[in-house]
Amino acid sequence: MTREMTGAKMVVQALKDQGVDTVFGYPGGAVLPIYDEIFLQNDIRHILVRHEQGAVHAAEGYARSTGKPGVALVTSGPGATNAVTGLTDALMDSIPIVVLTGQVPTFMIGSDAFQEADTVGITRPCTKHNWLVKDTNSLAATLHEAFHVATAGRPGPVLIDIPKDVQFATGTYTGPKPSTSHYQPAVKGDLDAITELVAAIETAKKPVFYTGGGVINSGPAASQLLRELVDATGFPITSTLMGLGAYPASGKNWIGMLGMHGLYEANMAMHDCDLMINVGARFDDRITGRIDAFSPKSKKAHIDIDPSSINKVIRVDIPIVGDVAHVLEDVLKVWKARGRKTNTEAVAKWQAQISDWRKVNCLAYTNSEKSIKPQYALQRLEALTKDRDRYVCTEVGQHQMWAAQFLGFEDPNRWMTSGGLGTMGYGFPASIGVQMAHPDALVINVAGEASWLMNMQEMGTAVQYRLPVKQFILNNERLGMVRQWQELLHGERYSHSWSEALPDFVKLAEAFGAKGIICSDPADLDDAIMEMINYDGPVIFDCLVEKHENCFPMIPSGKAHNEMLLGEAETQGVIDSKGSVLV
Amino acid sequence: MSALHIKKGSNRHSAYNLRPTFSDVQERHTIAVLVENEPGVLARVIGLFSGRGYNIESLTVAEVDHTGHLSRITIVTTGTPQVIEQIKAQLGRIVSVHDVHDLTVEGASVERELAIIKVVGEGEKRVEALRLADIFRANVVDSTLNSFIFEITGTPEKIDAFADLMRPLGLVEIARTGVAALLRGA
Repeated sequence: MTREMTGAKMVVQALKDQGVDTVFGYPGGAVLPIYDEIFLQNDIRHILVRHEQGAVHAAEGYARSTGKPGVALVTSGPGATNAVTGLTDALMDSIPIVVLTGQVPTFMIGSDAFQEADTVGITRPCTKHNWLVKDTNSLAATLHEAFHVATAGRPGPVLIDIPKDVQFATGTYTGPKPSTSHYQPAVKGDLDAITELVAAIETAKKPVFYTGGGVINSGPAASQLLRELVDATGFPITSTLMGLGAYPASGKNWIGMLGMHGLYEANMAMHDCDLMINVGARFDDRITGRIDAFSPKSKKAHIDIDPSSINKVIRVDIPIVGDVAHVLEDVLKVWKARGRKTNTEAVAKWQAQISDWRKVNCLAYTNSEKSIKPQYALQRLEALTKDRDRYVCTEVGQHQMWAAQFLGFEDPNRWMTSGGLGTMGYGFPASIGVQMAHPDALVINVAGEASWLMNMQEMGTAVQYRLPVKQFILNNERLGMVRQWQELLHGERYSHSWSEALPDFVKLAEAFGAKGIICSDPADLDDAIMEMINYDGPVIFDCLVEKHENCFPMIPSGKAHNEMLLGEAETQGVIDSKGSVLV
Repeated sequence: MSALHIKKGSNRHSAYNLRPTFSDVQERHTIAVLVENEPGVLARVIGLFSGRGYNIESLTVAEVDHTGHLSRITIVTTGTPQVIEQIKAQLGRIVSVHDVHDLTVEGASVERELAIIKVVGEGEKRVEALRLADIFRANVVDSTLNSFIFEITGTPEKIDAFADLMRPLGLVEIARTGVAALLRGA
C-alpha cells in the first residue's frame, strides 16, 4: 500500500497501521501539522497531559499494563527535554515506548532557532535508538522501524525527531511490512545450555528461581510457562520489584520479593541456595547487596535476551541468551523428556528451611491505635481491593517498598513502578496511562506526598478525561526514604527531608474538580478506603500516617543478603564508611 | 560484503564460549565494528565508551561498503577480560551495529597505523634523521631546507619507536591515523 500524503498525515496513518489507539501528548509550534491531522480523525484518542514528562510516564503505564508500546507526542526544544526523564525511566526498566518529537525545520537546524534543541543528541544515551528524519519519503519506514525496535529483543524507548518542514512536505507512504531491519535479536536459547540447566535442576538440593521484569516483558505466555515450571519442580521462587505478578503471590512456592527491602526468607534463600535460576532479571545492585558475598555457594543460571546482561555484574555458570518464553518452553520440554526429575527429598528439606526463615515474620511492625501505620494502611488497602480488577502504580520511596511488601499480585502487568531509575513523579501519570488502557478497572497509585507533588499537575488530565484514578497518598510530611537514610547514615541530621508547606490535599482535589478524602484515624480507615473505591471519579486520598516509620527489612549498603536489619533493631553504625558511599 | 574481509566468527548475539573473565589483568584488544553508515553512529559508539567509563586507545572510522551503507570502526581498547566482554556485548546491543569482532581473540590479525611526522633540523641531525627513516622504511613526503615530513606505516609500537628516535633529532609535530586491522587468512 503506497500513497502520497504529507508527513504529518503519515505520522497519524503509521500510528493507526501499528494498532495505536491512544497517544499522550502536548502540542507546540513544531508539531502543529501533526496536531492538525489528529484533529481531523477519530481513530486515535489524544490525551492532553499537563507536562511532557507526564506524557511519557503515561505512555509507560499504558505499555506496562498492556504489553503494547505506548506512544507520546511532544514538541521540539523544551517538549523534548521534558521527555528525557521518562525516556531514561523506560530505558532502565525496558519499557517499549515510541516518542515523537517535533523539530525546527531542517533548514533551521543548527541555527539556535526558537525552541530548537539537539533532541537526538540529548536523547541518544536515554533511548534504545533514535532517528532524525530529514526526508518525508523515509518517514513512514522510520515510523514502522521504530515500533519494531521498541518491541523487538529487550524492549525500550525509541524517539523520532520530525522537523516541521518534513511534516508539511508530501511524500510516499508505505504501510508496515515484515521487518527487513538487520535488527533481529535471537529469541531461542542455546539448547546445550538449556540442557545443562535442566541437568542442574534435576540434582539441585537448594534451588531458587529469581525472576524479574523480563518475564513480564516477554508476555503472558512467559508467566504461564514460569508457573508451570515452578509448580512442577516445586522450587521456591522470589522476584525482583519489576517481576512481581509473574508468579502469583498466593502461589505455594512464592517466597516474596528479594533485595534491599525484600523479605528475609527470600534473601536468605538467595544467599544459601545451591542453584540460582535467574529468569529475566539483571543482578541489579538493589538485589545483590555486596557482590563478593552474593550467594557464594550457588551455581548460577541466567536467562536474558540481552547478551550484555550476562556476566555484567555477577559471573554466571550457565548463560542462556534468549526470550524468557522461548527458553522456558524449551527448558520444560527437555526436563519432561528427561523424566521430570528433581531431588524431591532435598528440595522438601530446603522448603522446610525456608518455612523456618518465614517464621521470623520479617514484615512485622508495631501497630498503633492512635496513628495509621503505613504498613497497616497498605494491608487494609490490600484487603479491600485484592478481589477487584485492580492495577497498582507507585511513586518512589518507602511507600513503594511497603506496597511491594504488603500488596499481593496474582497476574503480570498489574504492577507499574519505577524500578531502575527510581523516578519520583512516575506513578501518577502512569496511573493515567493505565486507566486509559483499562477504563473499567480500579487503578490505584500508591504514593508518598513528596513524589506525588512532582507531577501533581496531571490532576488536570485526570479530571478532563474523567479518569477515576485513585491517588492513595501515604502522607508522612517527610521524604521518608531520605529521612530513613539520614537516620541510619548521617547521625539523624535531617537535612531538607521534610516539607513545611504541604498543600491541603482535600482542597487541592476540590480545586481541580476532583474528590479529596483525608484520614488520620486507623478506626476510620476502612470506611475511607471504601469511599475512595466507590467514588466514580479521580480521588486524592490523604492518608496521614506515622511520620517516623522506617522501612524494614533492609540490607544496609555494602552488606550481604544474610546481614539484614529486621525491624527497629539497633540501627546506628550498621553501615560502615565503605558502605556509606553507596546509594 | 565480500570486499570487507570480515571473518565470520561468533555471532554478535551469542554470549557463549566466554573466556575466563573476572581476572584483574588489563588486556589490550582490537575490536572491529561494522556499523550502518548513518549520522550519529560514531556518537553512539563513543558515547557508549564515555558513558560506561571504558578506555579508547585509538579509534578509526571510514565507510567501507558504499552500496551497503556500512562503515568499519576499529577500536583499540584496554580493560580486564570482564570489561572487554562487556564492551563487545554493549557494542552489539547498539541498533546500528551489524557485527562486532574481537580481532585479538578471533585469530591472528594484521594491524597497521600510518603516521606523518615533521622533523626540523640542520646538519648532522638532518642526516641522521634521514638515515633512521631509511632503516624504518619511512618515506619522505615533503622537504624544505631545514625540515622533513616522513610518512611511516606499521604497528603502533613501530611508530612509537620511530617517533622516540626522531624526538632528539627535531620532531615538532606528529599526526597518527589510529589502528586499522584485519584478520589473517581467507
